[in-house]
Amino acid sequence: MNITVCVKRVPDTATRIRIAEGGRGIMQDGVKYVLSPYDEFAVEAALQLVEAAGGGEVTLLSYGPPATAETLRSGLALGAHRAVLLTGEPDMDGWATAQVLASELAGSDDALVLFGIKAVDDDQQQVGPMVAELLGRPCATAVAAMDVEGGVATCRRAVEGGQEVVEMDLPAAATVTKGRYEPRYASLRGIMMAKRKPLVEKPAPEVESGLALEALTYPPERPEGRIVGEGVEAAGELVRLLREEARVL
Amino acid sequence: MADVLAVAEVRDGVVQSVSREVVSAARGIADSLGGAVDVAAAGGPGCGAAASGLGRHGADRVLAVEGAAQVDVRATAVAELVRAGSYGAVVFAATGPGRDLAPRVAAKLASPLLTDVVALDVDGGRIVATRPVFAGKALARVRALGTPALLSIRPNVFAVADSPREAQVEAVSPAAEAETGYRVGGFEASAGAALDVAEAAIVVSGGRGMKDPENWHILEDLRDALGDTAALGASRAVVDAGWRPHAEQVGQTGKTVTPKLYLAMAISGAIQHLAGMRTSGVIVAVNRDPDAPIFGVADYGIVGDVFEVAPALAAAVRELRGS
Ligand SMILES: Cc1cc2nc3c(=O)[nH]c(=O)nc-3n(C[C@H](O)[C@H](O)[C@H](O)COP(=O)(O)OP(=O)(O)OC[C@H]3O[C@@H](n4cnc5c(N)ncnc54)[C@H](O)[C@@H]3O)c2cc1C
Ligand SMILES: Nc1ncnc2c1ncn2[C@@H]1O[C@H](COP(=O)(O)O)[C@@H](O)[C@H]1O
Repeated sequence: MNITVCVKRVPDTATRIRIAEGGRGIMQDGVKYVLSPYDEFAVEAALQLVEAAGGGEVTLLSYGPPATAETLRSGLALGAHRAVLLTGEPDMDGWATAQVLASELAGSDDALVLFGIKAVDDDQQQVGPMVAELLGRPCATAVAAMDVEGGVATCRRAVEGGQEVVEMDLPAAATVTKGRYEPRYASLRGIMMAKRKPLVEKPAPEVESGLALEALTYPPERPEGRIVGEGVEAAGELVRLLREEARVL
Repeated sequence: MADVLAVAEVRDGVVQSVSREVVSAARGIADSLGGAVDVAAAGGPGCGAAASGLGRHGADRVLAVEGAAQVDVRATAVAELVRAGSYGAVVFAATGPGRDLAPRVAAKLASPLLTDVVALDVDGGRIVATRPVFAGKALARVRALGTPALLSIRPNVFAVADSPREAQVEAVSPAAEAETGYRVGGFEASAGAALDVAEAAIVVSGGRGMKDPENWHILEDLRDALGDTAALGASRAVVDAGWRPHAEQVGQTGKTVTPKLYLAMAISGAIQHLAGMRTSGVIVAVNRDPDAPIFGVADYGIVGDVFEVAPALAAAVRELRGS
């Protein structure tokens, strides 16, 4: 069983974000880039599903600037077999990104296309189901665990108040969230082998964006808070302030 | 002149309260565009009648598509409604079900989608939305170039407005159901998670300082004291330790929450945790370390032992509510 995982290169979650002059982007110096954390869950899910199926290949697909090649190598080091990089500059329009990714996947007969539930830069939670729609595949979102048997993928979705079980006929697509899959670490051998694995780079097709970024700004500073007091004695005063000053109780 | 379509969320025959925010936001846009507000109520039997009460917040008409319970069928139904109208905007809720639905509808309409919107403007007939990016470390103001503009609003951010009118319910029959290869098999409730942390008006979150999952009854009691709009949250340290389910995790790799009141109990306030809760209305922190970074974003703090302060808070809330 073959699986493609769509992965995005994003700023590390601990990185301080500084807005560049003009407010149209962020300053690049000092920003460390990583594979988006949820995409790591999707890669792990793909590796485990292929192992459980007794064979198959995992392909990584990304749309991003040339430096994304490094990120893809880190994914190959985990055990993915090959990678495809569509070079270009994705913007906030997830529909445009979906069209770019779908253009590469249109001919694919991989049983599954997996995504992270969200990329932690733009936080859109949309690209997975959009690509699935373009490919005409059923798509389960927020999948915490998946098993494949007899051409059917059984997914456990993390939903309000519990888990929903969804069955999909293959070929299908899914977005993966934290659950069964604990991302593995790259072994030294994996890192060495990754250097020799195929990584194809080609320019992404031109797709018009339907959104225009007007400005990036910092969120308003929270007003200076205050320590109400110490220990149990402060509890009554805090509750009074929450009712009379903050008016939330 | 253009109308606005508000997509209601009906679960088990009950309109979710976030739908009142969706309709209120839609009303605001429609007033700027000079149009009417339609509500799309796609779901199980009775969803139209259930949604008729949204007239109170400015809905002129409810378009009820019954027999469209499953998300893929619902997406087809909503896309059909959008095509049949002349809408300047379509407003979803950025809840679990809304995030599942909206991108499918957007793809069917070949349209961009602005998710998790926290502020809205109409400028020259176009929607300009503000949405958090980089987990709330920045805000992006984004203009939708085409119409209709599709967007989802973050729960608990937009005010519920009163704009009463008599909403007419019109039944629309769903398109013939094709075999989609997607089947909902069942649902397993997880223990005690009545209200999702991302939708609660009050969140009581616990961190590693709670020491042991056995101690969670202390936070459960505080949540109960705060009433049925309160839910439990957790830091990642607690989720990674297996003390609480990932569904409760708040932060960059958990949920983003915007409750009116967020209580951080024995949570240090790491940057990835702040990413998920810093846009809350009022933040309270209880921590025994006066230098904990959480106090940097808290409106009110108590320096002290959570095992003493949490029960005292619960008692004080009960006293206040009782009187
Ligand atoms: C890629 C990535 C993603 C991440 N995503 C998330 C995320 O989504 N959400 C998240 O929360 N974290 C996330 N983290 C982890 C984050 O960096 C912190 O490690 C985590 O938030 C710490 O959790 P904590 O505050 O519960 O624990 P700690 O940092 O250990 O803090 C415990 C606090 O409890 C206090 N305390 C101890 N005992 C008591 C007592 N008796 N009374 C009062 N106070 C007491 C201590 O003073 C301390 O401040 C992420 C990290 C990475 C690298
Ligand atoms: N530029 C990209 N290249 C490859 N995959 C992407 C890209 N953008 C988004 N994705 C995939 O879509 C998921 C959801 O992204 P988003 O909708 O932007 O939150 C990510 O976790 C990735 O799996």
